[in-house]
Amino acid sequence: MSEHLDQTVQSLQKRFDAQFEESLGETTIFVSPEFIIPVMTSLRDEFGFNACMDVTAVDYYPEESPRFHVVYQLYSMDNNVRLQVRTKLNGNAPSIDTVEKIYPSANWKEREVYDLFGVNFVGHSDLRRIEMPEDWTGHPLRKDYPLGYEEVQFTFNFDDIMQNKPQPKD
Amino acid sequence: MSDIREVSVEELRHLVSDRAMSGETMLLNMGPQHPSTHGVLRLLLELDGEIVVNMIPDIGFLHTGIEKTIESKNYQQSEVLTDRQDYMNPSGNNLTYCLAIEKLAGLDVPERAQSIRVIIAELTRINSHLLWLGTSGMDLGALSMFLYCMRERELVLDIFELVSGQRMMTTYIRPGGVWRDIPEEFELAVRNFLKVMPRRIKEYEDLLKFNEIFLDRTKGIGVISGKDCLAYGLSGPVIRASGIAHDLRKKQPYMGYDKYDFDIPVHSEGDIYARYRVRVEEMTESCRIIEQALNRMPKGPVRSNNRKYVPPPRSEIGVSMEALIHHFKLWTEGFAPPKGHVYVATESPRGELGCYMESDGTALPYRVHMVTPSFVNLQALPLMSRGLYIADVVGIIGSVDIVLGDADR
Repeated sequence: MSEHLDQTVQSLQKRFDAQFEESLGETTIFVSPEFIIPVMTSLRDEFGFNACMDVTAVDYYPEESPRFHVVYQLYSMDNNVRLQVRTKLNGNAPSIDTVEKIYPSANWKEREVYDLFGVNFVGHSDLRRIEMPEDWTGHPLRKDYPLGYEEVQFTFNFDDIMQNKPQPKD
Repeated sequence: MSDIREVSVEELRHLVSDRAMSGETMLLNMGPQHPSTHGVLRLLLELDGEIVVNMIPDIGFLHTGIEKTIESKNYQQSEVLTDRQDYMNPSGNNLTYCLAIEKLAGLDVPERAQSIRVIIAELTRINSHLLWLGTSGMDLGALSMFLYCMRERELVLDIFELVSGQRMMTTYIRPGGVWRDIPEEFELAVRNFLKVMPRRIKEYEDLLKFNEIFLDRTKGIGVISGKDCLAYGLSGPVIRASGIAHDLRKKQPYMGYDKYDFDIPVHSEGDIYARYRVRVEEMTESCRIIEQALNRMPKGPVRSNNRKYVPPPRSEIGVSMEALIHHFKLWTEGFAPPKGHVYVATESPRGELGCYMESDGTALPYRVHMVTPSFVNLQALPLMSRGLYIADVVGIIGSVDIVLGDADR
């Protein structure tokens, strides 16, 4: 771990009570969801993490608390280091503050997480589905979302197939 | 039949200006079936006459749920799906996916396999840039570019066919190495390609560099600053054309890229022309890397010896009981990397291609997320095209070099 990353982690541990984990040469910090805005702001402004390369989520169904992890991949171009920020979210309708205002690149990434995982990003400027059609029900990347064979629907068998289709729970 | 939901402008109220609501500006749909959107990209343009006031990109028409599908297949089966994400960079996707598995499992890759991988990855980069040059040249009225670029692309595809039997979706790079050793004719074919390529690149440049129309339509159009590039998380040729010398092959070398001598082309204008220059110069640099890799390719195995992850060679199966068991286990159950998560990023022809992989210790990947450059770069499209003409939008889409399979997955 580089000196810069070491300082960053120590400072975050002190100020935001963040947990830190290092595995396979990668550094991950766990922060609680209510601190996500101050943590990201200080990471960008004080520690030079000027690019957010990715926002994604992982579903740990059937576990309830935490059910979701939201994963941010930050990159500091000047120091050439990566940092993974994770937050744990509970329950079936999780929500977290958006980091769109800090990293504009998170706009679409958060829309994708909302679309595929159903994580609600509070304060997001344009929280619409991005990959799936607007009228889709359910969030496909959740672990309780059924993955099954689907017959081709035509007008003559549309209703029939619609009835037998596996449906997501919410 | 279930009802089809209609979307009204009211729902997009937060994205368009007040003038659109009063009818002063016009909302025009461009795509998804439009020749210059390079696939199925839909753009909702807000127009004041011919000038773009705002743009709302709409993606998802090629969404195939690859990430969901991967969760129900084992690691080897999933690899063929990664080819199909960015169909102009199939080997690069394989490489990123395999690097993630190798990092998770602690697999070593023999030197020879690394050299082969570098050659294949760089050939894929040239292949992708050639198609980009052809199609975006065609968008801007340089119709003959397409024919010339396709001619050279054929040579690259022939080499792919030689090593893997497939022209596009090769799946040649496998966890722990490559599928098989390169055939004898490989070196000659690549050397022939390297001999003709620099001359051909000069030909393309001659066709475009002095072409008044091309210059008029590219210089000073679609400018994005380096600061905006960083804020929007852009990468690849787009960011290098805006004056930021960022290339993961240099910054965070993988596959032994640090041992090769090559330059990163950087331009500072940030317009379409700069992006064109960066990509053309990158092709020359890729040729340099391939030549070095060919010259120093060591002899030896092309696959890791770790039998828990890599199937044994055919010759061993007939004589060794263990080899037979390993072979059987690998192809029926697959392998199970230890619990953990990794993020691996490589430099694809379009930018940073990342793979976030999480394993729960079973043979099925718990979560695989491909961080694709097209998705990220598309987001900056409105930023580049505000205040320009519709005709410029066509050039800008081309210059960002998007692959919709990559954006939608």
